[in-house]
Amino acid sequence: MHPITTVHYLALSAALLLIGTVGVLTRRNIVIILMSIELILNAVNLNLIAFSRAVGNVNGQIFAIFVITDAVAEAAVGLGILIALFRNKETVLADEIDILKW
Amino acid sequence: MLTDTVTFYIFAALVLGGGILTITRRNAVHSAISLIVSLLGVAGLYLLQQAEFLFAVQIVLYVGGIMVLFLFVIMLVNLDMAARERQFNRQWLVALIAAAAVGAEISYFLYHGENFSVVAPAVLPPAAAPGNTEILADVLFSQYLLPFEIASLLLLVAVVGSVVMAKKRI
Repeated sequence: MHPITTVHYLALSAALLLIGTVGVLTRRNIVIILMSIELILNAVNLNLIAFSRAVGNVNGQIFAIFVITDAVAEAAVGLGILIALFRNKETVLADEIDILKW
Repeated sequence: MLTDTVTFYIFAALVLGGGILTITRRNAVHSAISLIVSLLGVAGLYLLQQAEFLFAVQIVLYVGGIMVLFLFVIMLVNLDMAARERQFNRQWLVALIAAAAVGAEISYFLYHGENFSVVAPAVLPPAAAPGNTEILADVLFSQYLLPFEIASLLLLVAVVGSVVMAKKRI
Protein backbone atom coordinates (compact mmCIF):
# COMPACT_ATOMS: atom_id res chain seq x y z
CA MET A 1 0.00 0.00 0.00
CA HIS A 2 1.40 3.36 -0.99
CA PRO A 3 1.80 6.03 1.65
CA ILE A 4 -0.51 9.01 1.32
CA THR A 5 1.12 11.90 -0.50
CA THR A 6 0.10 15.44 -1.30
CA VAL A 7 -1.08 14.23 -4.71
CA HIS A 8 -3.68 12.00 -3.05
CA TYR A 9 -5.15 15.04 -1.33
CA LEU A 10 -5.06 17.06 -4.54
CA ALA A 11 -6.88 14.31 -6.43
CA LEU A 12 -9.53 14.05 -3.72
CA SER A 13 -9.93 17.82 -3.71
CA ALA A 14 -10.29 17.86 -7.51
CA ALA A 15 -12.96 15.15 -7.34
CA LEU A 16 -14.88 17.10 -4.69
CA LEU A 17 -14.60 20.26 -6.78
CA LEU A 18 -16.03 18.44 -9.80
CA ILE A 19 -18.92 17.01 -7.76
CA GLY A 20 -19.74 20.52 -6.56
CA THR A 21 -19.49 21.96 -10.07
CA VAL A 22 -21.82 19.32 -11.48
CA GLY A 23 -24.25 20.07 -8.65
CA VAL A 24 -24.24 23.80 -9.38
CA LEU A 25 -24.64 23.30 -13.12
CA THR A 26 -27.31 20.60 -13.18
CA ARG A 27 -29.63 20.97 -10.17
CA ARG A 28 -32.76 23.11 -10.31
CA ASN A 29 -33.34 23.50 -6.57
CA ILE A 30 -31.59 26.65 -5.31
CA VAL A 31 -31.02 25.23 -1.81
CA ILE A 32 -29.04 22.35 -3.30
CA ILE A 33 -27.12 24.72 -5.56
CA LEU A 34 -26.02 26.63 -2.44
CA MET A 35 -24.99 23.33 -0.81
CA SER A 36 -22.92 22.49 -3.90
CA ILE A 37 -21.13 25.82 -3.53
CA GLU A 38 -20.22 24.76 0.02
CA LEU A 39 -18.76 21.55 -1.45
CA ILE A 40 -16.63 23.59 -3.86
CA LEU A 41 -15.33 25.82 -1.06
CA ASN A 42 -14.45 22.73 0.98
CA ALA A 43 -12.48 21.34 -1.94
CA VAL A 44 -10.52 24.59 -2.05
CA ASN A 45 -9.82 24.35 1.68
CA LEU A 46 -8.61 20.76 1.35
CA ASN A 47 -6.22 21.91 -1.34
CA LEU A 48 -4.93 24.79 0.78
CA ILE A 49 -4.33 22.55 3.80
CA ALA A 50 -2.55 19.91 1.71
CA PHE A 51 -0.18 22.51 0.26
CA SER A 52 0.25 24.13 3.67
CA ARG A 53 1.53 20.83 5.01
CA ALA A 54 3.67 20.08 1.97
CA VAL A 55 5.35 23.48 2.09
CA GLY A 56 5.67 23.36 5.86
CA ASN A 57 4.16 26.65 7.06
CA VAL A 58 0.73 27.73 8.25
CA ASN A 59 -0.09 30.41 5.65
CA GLY A 60 -2.33 27.96 3.82
CA GLN A 61 -4.32 27.34 7.00
CA ILE A 62 -4.77 31.11 7.48
CA PHE A 63 -6.16 31.34 3.96
CA ALA A 64 -8.46 28.42 4.73
CA ILE A 65 -9.83 30.43 7.68
CA PHE A 66 -10.57 33.34 5.33
CA VAL A 67 -12.23 30.99 2.86
CA ILE A 68 -14.45 29.68 5.66
CA THR A 69 -15.35 33.29 6.57
CA ASP A 70 -16.35 33.85 2.95
CA ALA A 71 -18.40 30.67 2.96
CA VAL A 72 -20.32 31.84 6.01
CA ALA A 73 -21.03 35.26 4.49
CA GLU A 74 -22.06 33.66 1.20
CA ALA A 75 -24.42 31.19 2.88
CA ALA A 76 -26.06 33.90 4.99
CA VAL A 77 -26.65 36.30 2.10
CA GLY A 78 -27.60 33.51 -0.31
CA LEU A 79 -30.22 32.07 2.01
CA GLY A 80 -31.54 35.59 2.71
CA ILE A 81 -31.94 36.13 -1.03
CA LEU A 82 -33.66 32.75 -1.28
CA ILE A 83 -36.21 33.70 1.36
CA ALA A 84 -36.90 37.04 -0.34
CA LEU A 85 -37.24 35.25 -3.66
CA PHE A 86 -39.62 32.66 -2.30
CA ARG A 87 -41.77 35.40 -0.82
CA ASN A 88 -42.09 37.13 -4.19
CA LYS A 89 -42.14 34.26 -6.70
CA GLU A 90 -43.29 31.20 -4.70
CA THR A 91 -40.66 29.00 -6.34
CA VAL A 92 -37.20 27.66 -5.50
CA LEU A 93 -36.39 26.32 -8.97
CA ALA A 94 -33.53 28.21 -10.55
CA ASP A 95 -34.75 27.97 -14.14
CA GLU A 96 -38.19 29.38 -13.34
CA ILE A 97 -36.64 32.65 -12.25
CA ASP A 98 -36.14 34.22 -15.64
CA ILE A 99 -37.54 37.76 -15.38
CA LEU A 100 -34.33 39.18 -16.83
CA LYS A 101 -34.59 36.93 -19.90
CA TRP A 102 -36.77 37.67 -22.90
CA MET B 1 1.89 4.70 8.23
CA LEU B 2 -0.64 2.02 7.42
CA THR B 3 -3.13 3.54 9.84
CA ASP B 4 -2.70 6.87 8.06
CA THR B 5 -3.43 5.30 4.70
CA VAL B 6 -6.50 3.42 5.89
CA THR B 7 -7.86 6.49 7.69
CA PHE B 8 -7.33 8.63 4.62
CA TYR B 9 -9.30 6.24 2.44
CA ILE B 10 -12.14 6.00 4.98
CA PHE B 11 -12.45 9.79 5.18
CA ALA B 12 -12.10 10.15 1.41
CA ALA B 13 -14.95 7.67 0.93
CA LEU B 14 -17.08 9.68 3.40
CA VAL B 15 -16.30 12.95 1.58
CA LEU B 16 -16.99 11.67 -1.93
CA GLY B 17 -19.99 9.53 -0.98
CA GLY B 18 -21.56 12.39 0.95
CA GLY B 19 -20.88 14.79 -1.91
CA ILE B 20 -22.44 12.55 -4.54
CA LEU B 21 -25.49 11.92 -2.36
CA THR B 22 -25.79 15.69 -1.76
CA ILE B 23 -26.18 16.50 -5.43
CA THR B 24 -28.41 13.56 -6.34
CA ARG B 25 -31.06 13.39 -3.59
CA ARG B 26 -34.57 14.58 -4.35
CA ASN B 27 -35.39 15.64 -0.80
CA ALA B 28 -33.42 18.71 0.32
CA VAL B 29 -33.24 17.47 3.93
CA HIS B 30 -31.54 14.27 2.78
CA SER B 31 -29.12 16.41 0.78
CA ALA B 32 -28.33 18.46 3.88
CA ILE B 33 -27.67 15.32 5.96
CA SER B 34 -25.36 13.94 3.25
CA LEU B 35 -23.56 17.28 3.14
CA ILE B 36 -23.00 17.03 6.91
CA VAL B 37 -21.39 13.60 6.39
CA SER B 38 -19.17 15.05 3.70
CA LEU B 39 -18.14 18.03 5.85
CA LEU B 40 -17.30 15.73 8.77
CA GLY B 41 -15.09 13.71 6.41
CA VAL B 42 -13.29 16.89 5.41
CA ALA B 43 -12.83 17.71 9.11
CA GLY B 44 -11.24 14.29 9.63
CA LEU B 45 -8.84 14.96 6.76
CA TYR B 46 -7.85 18.26 8.42
CA LEU B 47 -7.03 16.34 11.58
CA LEU B 48 -5.02 13.85 9.56
CA GLN B 49 -2.92 16.74 8.28
CA GLN B 50 -2.27 18.19 11.72
CA ALA B 51 -4.53 21.22 11.25
CA GLU B 52 -6.26 20.81 14.60
CA PHE B 53 -7.66 24.32 14.83
CA LEU B 54 -9.33 24.07 11.44
CA PHE B 55 -10.73 20.68 12.43
CA ALA B 56 -12.52 22.32 15.34
CA VAL B 57 -13.60 25.30 13.23
CA GLN B 58 -14.95 22.99 10.54
CA ILE B 59 -17.13 21.10 12.99
CA VAL B 60 -18.32 24.07 15.04
CA LEU B 61 -18.86 26.47 12.16
CA TYR B 62 -19.88 24.32 9.24
CA VAL B 63 -21.73 21.46 10.86
CA GLY B 64 -22.98 23.47 13.82
CA GLY B 65 -23.58 26.80 12.11
CA ILE B 66 -24.03 26.76 8.37
CA MET B 67 -25.87 23.45 8.20
CA VAL B 68 -28.31 24.50 10.92
CA LEU B 69 -28.92 27.66 8.88
CA PHE B 70 -29.59 25.52 5.81
CA LEU B 71 -32.01 23.30 7.73
CA PHE B 72 -33.84 26.37 9.05
CA VAL B 73 -34.26 27.74 5.55
CA ILE B 74 -35.43 24.34 4.27
CA MET B 75 -38.03 24.48 7.02
CA LEU B 76 -39.09 28.07 6.20
CA VAL B 77 -39.32 27.58 2.46
CA ASN B 78 -41.90 25.16 1.15
CA LEU B 79 -39.93 22.56 -0.83
CA ASP B 80 -42.71 20.00 -1.38
CA MET B 81 -43.59 21.44 -4.77
CA ALA B 82 -39.95 21.41 -5.88
CA ALA B 83 -39.45 17.81 -4.75
CA ARG B 84 -42.22 16.61 -7.05
CA GLU B 85 -40.76 18.26 -10.14
CA ARG B 86 -37.85 17.43 -12.42
CA GLN B 87 -34.64 17.63 -10.38
CA PHE B 88 -32.10 18.31 -13.12
CA ASN B 89 -32.29 21.07 -15.67
CA ARG B 90 -32.16 20.69 -19.42
CA GLN B 91 -28.45 21.43 -19.90
CA TRP B 92 -27.29 18.58 -17.64
CA LEU B 93 -25.55 16.74 -20.49
CA VAL B 94 -23.52 19.81 -21.47
CA ALA B 95 -22.69 20.36 -17.79
CA LEU B 96 -21.45 16.78 -17.40
CA ILE B 97 -19.30 17.06 -20.53
CA ALA B 98 -17.78 20.34 -19.34
CA ALA B 99 -17.07 18.89 -15.89
CA ALA B 100 -15.48 15.79 -17.48
CA ALA B 101 -13.26 18.04 -19.60
CA VAL B 102 -12.11 19.97 -16.52
CA GLY B 103 -11.54 16.67 -14.68
CA ALA B 104 -9.43 15.30 -17.55
CA GLU B 105 -7.38 18.47 -17.53
CA ILE B 106 -6.76 18.37 -13.78
CA SER B 107 -5.85 14.68 -13.79
CA TYR B 108 -3.46 15.25 -16.71
CA PHE B 109 -1.62 17.84 -14.67
CA LEU B 110 -1.68 15.70 -11.54
CA TYR B 111 -0.07 12.79 -13.42
CA HIS B 112 2.48 14.80 -15.35
CA GLY B 113 3.19 17.58 -12.89
CA GLU B 114 6.58 17.81 -11.28
CA ASN B 115 7.81 17.14 -7.86
CA PHE B 116 4.64 17.00 -5.80
CA SER B 117 4.52 13.20 -5.76
CA VAL B 118 6.81 13.34 -2.77
CA VAL B 119 5.62 12.00 0.54
CA ALA B 120 4.23 14.83 2.64
CA PRO B 121 6.56 15.49 5.55
CA ALA B 122 5.29 13.66 8.58
CA VAL B 123 7.39 15.52 11.10
CA LEU B 124 6.07 15.41 14.62
CA PRO B 125 6.73 18.68 16.44
CA PRO B 126 8.82 18.38 19.60
CA ALA B 127 6.85 18.29 22.82
CA ALA B 128 7.83 21.82 23.83
CA ALA B 129 6.81 23.38 20.51
CA PRO B 130 3.68 25.57 20.50
CA GLY B 131 0.51 23.91 19.25
CA ASN B 132 -1.22 24.48 15.97
CA THR B 133 -3.71 26.99 17.39
CA GLU B 134 -0.95 29.04 18.99
CA ILE B 135 1.08 29.22 15.78
CA LEU B 136 -2.02 30.17 13.79
CA ALA B 137 -2.93 32.94 16.24
CA ASP B 138 0.61 34.27 16.12
CA VAL B 139 0.60 34.54 12.34
CA LEU B 140 -3.02 35.68 12.06
CA PHE B 141 -2.70 38.56 14.50
CA SER B 142 0.65 39.87 13.28
CA GLN B 143 1.16 39.18 9.60
CA TYR B 144 -2.51 38.96 8.59
CA LEU B 145 -4.02 41.58 10.89
CA LEU B 146 -5.41 43.82 8.13
CA PRO B 147 -7.07 40.95 6.20
CA PHE B 148 -8.51 39.79 9.51
CA GLU B 149 -10.12 43.19 10.12
CA ILE B 150 -11.43 43.30 6.56
CA ALA B 151 -12.95 39.85 7.11
CA SER B 152 -14.80 41.18 10.15
CA LEU B 153 -16.13 44.03 8.00
CA LEU B 154 -17.26 41.45 5.43
CA LEU B 155 -19.16 39.56 8.11
CA LEU B 156 -20.84 42.78 9.26
CA VAL B 157 -21.93 43.52 5.69
CA ALA B 158 -23.21 39.96 5.35
CA VAL B 159 -25.23 40.21 8.56
CA VAL B 160 -26.82 43.52 7.54
CA GLY B 161 -27.40 42.25 4.02
CA SER B 162 -29.10 39.03 5.04
CA VAL B 163 -31.37 40.87 7.49
CA VAL B 164 -32.34 43.38 4.79
CA MET B 165 -33.02 40.54 2.33
CA ALA B 166 -35.04 38.34 4.64
CA LYS B 167 -37.10 41.02 6.37
CA LYS B 168 -40.53 41.70 5.01
CA ARG B 169 -40.57 45.45 5.57
CA ILE B 170 -37.60 47.51 6.63
